[in-house]
Amino acid sequence: MAEQLVRSVPVIPHTPAELERQPLILNQRPFGWLSDHIAGVAEGKTPRWWWIAFVPSFVIMVVCLSCVTYLISTGVGVWGLMIPVGWAWDITNFVFWIGIGHAGTLISAILFLLRQRWRTSINRAAEAMTIFAVICAGLFPLIHIGRVWLGWWLLPLPNANSIWPQFRSPLLWDVFAVSTYFTVSLLFWYMGLIPDLATMRDRATTKIRQFLYGLFALGWTGSNRHWSNYEKAYLLLAGLSTPLVLSVHSIVSFDFAVSQVPGWHTTIFPPYFVAGAIFSGFGMVLSLMIPLRSWAHLEEIVTIRHIELMCKVVMATGSIVGYAYAMEFFIAWYSGNPYELYAFKNRAFGPYAWAYWIMVGCNVISPQIFWWKWARTNPWFVFIISIFVNIGMWFERFVIIVTSLHRDYMPSNWGYFKPTWVDIWTFIGTFGLFMTLFLLFARFLPVIAISEVKGVTPQADPHHPLGGAKPHHH
Amino acid sequence: MANIFPRWSNRLPLLVIIGLFLVGTAAIAGIWYYFTPKYTRVGYQPVQPVPFSHAVHVDQIGLDCRYCHSAVEKSWYSNIPTASTCMNCHNQVLKDDPRLAAIRESAATGIPVPWVQVHKVPDYVYFNHSVHVNRGISCVHCHGEINKMDEVYHAKPLSMTFCLDCHRNPAPNLRPPEKVTDLAWNPHQHLPKDWGEKAKKDWKVNASQNCSACHR
Repeated sequence: MAEQLVRSVPVIPHTPAELERQPLILNQRPFGWLSDHIAGVAEGKTPRWWWIAFVPSFVIMVVCLSCVTYLISTGVGVWGLMIPVGWAWDITNFVFWIGIGHAGTLISAILFLLRQRWRTSINRAAEAMTIFAVICAGLFPLIHIGRVWLGWWLLPLPNANSIWPQFRSPLLWDVFAVSTYFTVSLLFWYMGLIPDLATMRDRATTKIRQFLYGLFALGWTGSNRHWSNYEKAYLLLAGLSTPLVLSVHSIVSFDFAVSQVPGWHTTIFPPYFVAGAIFSGFGMVLSLMIPLRSWAHLEEIVTIRHIELMCKVVMATGSIVGYAYAMEFFIAWYSGNPYELYAFKNRAFGPYAWAYWIMVGCNVISPQIFWWKWARTNPWFVFIISIFVNIGMWFERFVIIVTSLHRDYMPSNWGYFKPTWVDIWTFIGTFGLFMTLFLLFARFLPVIAISEVKGVTPQADPHHPLGGAKPHHH
Repeated sequence: MANIFPRWSNRLPLLVIIGLFLVGTAAIAGIWYYFTPKYTRVGYQPVQPVPFSHAVHVDQIGLDCRYCHSAVEKSWYSNIPTASTCMNCHNQVLKDDPRLAAIRESAATGIPVPWVQVHKVPDYVYFNHSVHVNRGISCVHCHGEINKMDEVYHAKPLSMTFCLDCHRNPAPNLRPPEKVTDLAWNPHQHLPKDWGEKAKKDWKVNASQNCSACHR
């Protein structure tokens, strides 16, 4: 009987075409091709597109550093900050950048724990983006304190002044939230890189590349024990990072929610901020990955299906954000608090109404187009919407911070904030810093997790015919 | 494939960790010792235009601090006396002594003697002498045993810790108002144990720890 089964003509079970899942890696590429193709982005002659992107990014980064130097040497008066708007672009930019980081952590941690296999094509770049975004974010709180050289006072260090940070202040919680976030993200990213760094080391053609990749590969040999430890550590770090996706931006929202300013003192802030952070983060991942997949010829690994899935996340979180905007208005009216209601009326119809409606247009309306499949599958179109998302989320933070502050309780204390050129160029400059770091990453490290992406190919699945599954009868 | 790294590099991480630990410890210890006012201020003793001895005037002759620093009970500032205060005695005593030439000249011309200030809080710190001396804080707490100094030197760190230690627990440093300028008088010898606590309560000593108390 058994003999008969083995000898019989193989019949591969037939799945109707409309039920067939699109593979995550197209064209049944073999493992060797994946290694060559992904590692190849960081090897060989520097392509022209890289220089075209890198030179302006670097110049803008230098502008940023010059503005920061000017600020530190002169004082925060070079910004447009004033009373009553004591926080403006500085904290707007901080929240904007820290929010962007959240997509990386969500992709690397939560999607990992939820076994979302499509994450492997984008997690490396998204984690890198997280780290660079947190660097840009961390810059602003540090320089907005004015006397930067006393920044260490934020940390609970024993000192000759016998003073200690105020543990009841959300600003201190922020210090811990952001520094923890940066540390865990960096560790997670670096640890995930180790097998790929070893691949780069083994492929290296020059002594210096061999030395540097070898140094950071920490002696990885790919033995069973190495892989076993690696998988365990990866799972642990994913578990550690998961609460951070929710906690970091919740704590950032406490900077506002714990205060008593109308428009800030709102219990909806933590979930609303987290949804907004994931929304903006996926927006930025799309803005980065769509050009990168095309320039570095990674369309078979970062497929239209990946883009489509990210568009769905953008649409879902964008809708949550839209719901939060509506609910803020409802509660402002329902609370019966005239100051609260005024703050929201003033947002939508006051002197900063232009910013409010840019925010609503970009964040609430524009992602709704992703209900249509043609919109989700057209990379050019998705790229444009992702830029809108980035713009909208910057304006969201601007609206929350500046419109709430500029008219609080006393009309005699009202004002109108205008940025100076230093405000503007410092912010633009952080894009230079961000892009410089990201391009260096794309040029010197594998932009896709080579070892992980192999695991989601059909031939890695033992139940798949390409993976060696024996065909059987029905 | 040949090894990229020599065998000894296996030990490198451990050596780096030990090295960083040692360097870190040394740096912390160094900063702890050399970078605080306990080291940077204590012992400062500039050369003064006239070698005025507090030891002679206070300890031997028995002058009260307030004879010269007459505003200390009324003002935030404890004044340095003008030369005319010196001349009250020195127009009779040591009237031709060459060491006092600068004093006589100042008294004649009205141009102050250029004394070098020893005790100086930073300009972002507000300190009020009168409120302290009127509530039983002796000169000796902040200035040390001036009565024993031939030339004044910086005896206490006057760091923020120094201020806060007392503001957080003022009772042990209180003494009866009439003993405030008696620097040789030791309150622990003469006062009952709970005297400080009682004085603190009776005089409503409420030493502020608010930032804006000093950083106005």
